[in-house]
Amino acid sequence: MKKTLLAGLGLVLGLTSFAAAETVTIYSGRGEALIAPLIKQFEAETGVTAEVRYGGTSELATLLLEEGAKSPADVFWAQDAGALGALSSAFADLPAEVNETVLDAFRNDANKWVATSGRTRVLVYSTERVKDDDLPKNIADLTDEKYKGRVAWAPTNGGFQAFVTAFRLTKGDETVKAWLKAMIANEAKVYRNNGTQIDAIANGEVDFGLINNYYLGRYTARDAEFPVGQTTFAAGDIGNLVLVAGAGIVEASDNKENARKFIDFLLSPAAQQFITLQGYEYPVRTGIIPHATLEPLEAVNEISPKVDTNTLGDLEATLNLLREVGLL
Amino acid sequence: MTVLATFTRAGRTPRPPLLLVVPALVVGIGTLLPVFYLLMRALDADASQLGEIVFRQRNLFLLLNTLKLVAVVLTLGTLFALPAAWLVTRTDIRFKGLLSFLMALPLAVPGYVMAYALLGLSGYYGFARQWAGISLPPLHGLWGAGLALSLYTFPYLFLNLRAAFLGMDPALEESAQSLGKSRLVIFRHIVLPQLWPAMVASWLIVGLYVIGDFGAIALMRYEVFSYAIFTQYSGAFDRTYAAWLSLMLLALTVVALSAQRAVTRNRRFARTGTGSARITRPIGLGRWHLAAWAFFALVVLCSLGLPLMVLGHWMRLGVPEADWAHLGRTALGTFLTAGPTAILTMVLAVPVVVLTLRHPGPFASLIERLAFMGYATPALAFALAMVAFALRTAPFLYQSYALLMFAYVMSFVALAFGPLRLALLQIGTKQEEAARALGVSPTAAFMRVVLPRLRRPMVAGSLLVFIMVVKELPITYLLAPMGYSTLAMNVFSRTNEGMMGDAAPLALSIILFSSLFVGLILKYEGSAARAAGK
Repeated sequence: MKKTLLAGLGLVLGLTSFAAAETVTIYSGRGEALIAPLIKQFEAETGVTAEVRYGGTSELATLLLEEGAKSPADVFWAQDAGALGALSSAFADLPAEVNETVLDAFRNDANKWVATSGRTRVLVYSTERVKDDDLPKNIADLTDEKYKGRVAWAPTNGGFQAFVTAFRLTKGDETVKAWLKAMIANEAKVYRNNGTQIDAIANGEVDFGLINNYYLGRYTARDAEFPVGQTTFAAGDIGNLVLVAGAGIVEASDNKENARKFIDFLLSPAAQQFITLQGYEYPVRTGIIPHATLEPLEAVNEISPKVDTNTLGDLEATLNLLREVGLL
Repeated sequence: MTVLATFTRAGRTPRPPLLLVVPALVVGIGTLLPVFYLLMRALDADASQLGEIVFRQRNLFLLLNTLKLVAVVLTLGTLFALPAAWLVTRTDIRFKGLLSFLMALPLAVPGYVMAYALLGLSGYYGFARQWAGISLPPLHGLWGAGLALSLYTFPYLFLNLRAAFLGMDPALEESAQSLGKSRLVIFRHIVLPQLWPAMVASWLIVGLYVIGDFGAIALMRYEVFSYAIFTQYSGAFDRTYAAWLSLMLLALTVVALSAQRAVTRNRRFARTGTGSARITRPIGLGRWHLAAWAFFALVVLCSLGLPLMVLGHWMRLGVPEADWAHLGRTALGTFLTAGPTAILTMVLAVPVVVLTLRHPGPFASLIERLAFMGYATPALAFALAMVAFALRTAPFLYQSYALLMFAYVMSFVALAFGPLRLALLQIGTKQEEAARALGVSPTAAFMRVVLPRLRRPMVAGSLLVFIMVVKELPITYLLAPMGYSTLAMNVFSRTNEGMMGDAAPLALSIILFSSLFVGLILKYEGSAARAAGK
């Protein structure tokens, strides 16, 4: 027992004294499973040791708010624009040239954060129980009687909340409130996140789900027979919204130089290529080979609603609305 | 005469020694921090908001759901644990060691893996569909969450009941038998009352676990307090409403603690006669053997078979090349944190339990209650409290192993109370009084007579804490030092990304890793009670 204690103590001391070299501290809402190789590559390229705290985007955002000016974080890499928006007061300004490297559609005008990848909202459905002509054309169709009890959604999920924000900004709060209420009346089932909706469709609990585009590929890559398909709504429908994941430099950081190095690395062609191919996402800059199984970005841009990604950080009103209808 | 009175007589000193008071104060302060933090956050709300938050109708709905869930879990858990504990201690069933091990092992299964297993039962990769070609109605809501939770918490009830059975003095039962009472009457009037304190104490622990748990509940989509609290923090970045909900949950804890006190008051368990207790003569099951084995088979199939099957299915989807070095490092790191945490927990738990038994009073009961509140505080709120506390008072401790372990200890210390309390009650005070009569100081008498016999429940209790730390997620996520990750974090992050194939071997390694320690618990706990009875 004593030996274990000593070994534990050794580990404590060993690891804390180790942190003196060139480092950057990253809070990553993106999962380790996906991005660990990218971090390794960053370390190899720059010689900077990356210390990464992985967690849910929203838990880390809450943590950053709690830490405030004493945060040890240099960079926050988030899964969704809502969290980035909620934290904009905790971010330092980025030099304008950072946002100039990314495509117009993905730029953050306030220069608080920069998009690191694009993704789209899609409809997933059961290939066993849904015929092609049963697919809804618009988000509004889902409140129809024939979808009663068959649709999954995740009101706590950042992607879904960003979708509600965009919906509000284009159609007005009253329309969205009516839609949310109609969905609840139509017995839409609440899930925790994107992946659990896919599981639920495969398991026969529901027939449709509203999620981001990059999850299903991970299932079908391993199991070609997997009984879930993915599609888009009619051109221009809010259900086809384009979203971003992004990163910002934490104002409390005493190491903004290395933080900038990491952000530049994320926007580099190599990193963008990796995110595109391994993550089934859209690159934010030109010159990247697109993922073969994804609709090309041009096609997506054609059918997606015209919503400025900068406005998607306006989370507060969305949360109030979700609370008002009883979803939060 | 009450137990407490008996113990006070043995203690004799009116004022508890510093050796007990100092650790108790540490526990009290450590577990008070989250309460303090929650109050601070709760008072962020402005007056107009306040009424709306506190009297929201949704709160009542959440409360009812929480109570329903606790009732279901305790009922189901007792239905699994009580017959199992009786069978392995009182009957002539064979392979008692193996059966006890299998009944305790589900402790090692992480909650969300159990939930995935039940969901998967009826699902696409499910057992029913793969082998029988039928699709079962999906399990979710109250019954889904209740079943998932009871399937991995019943081992805790089982371990406590088993220890209680083993520590019972058979003399009373034998007298009743000689008076011609039937087995059922004996069980109801003699065995059950003696089991009662162990039962209520473990109901409390499991009940408090249930109201704070999040993993299984979220997957089963059942809205209770803990679910709403998590939603506020993560979906809404709302720390004020989350704090109010957490405080309501703590109020519920206080009610549960008072209820536990009320139902276990005035009971005595130590032997009072002369001579020593004998080992109970096993009851012949006869033709009931088959039924007993069928019962065990069913419980093992549900609590271990299903999760292993679901992991098997995930692995069938393709296992990535195993990174043994990474797995080994992670396991070692987990062990080096959970090990010292478990030992520290025990170092603090023993003084608190001794204090409550030997020096009962407002101070002792306050500390005990605070420890239970620490245990019941939703882990995410607990972790945020530690963040706030460390950054304000000791920033150099932030994200250090020391703070992580401190948080674990304060969160789990109540878990160690049960086995220690039971052992102390069963040991009684006679021999200690004898030592005192021979002129030894109270402290020395305790150290030389009682402590050696507490060694085994101490080991058993620390192993229990160890296993909980291995499975823990929210505190680890927020407080872990940079670069430190546990097996559980690795599994969770992969399931969260839908990478089930990658998660499966890691989840399996948690179960295997913890099973070693579950085996050790039995080795120590079983013989502890026997040693105490001798």
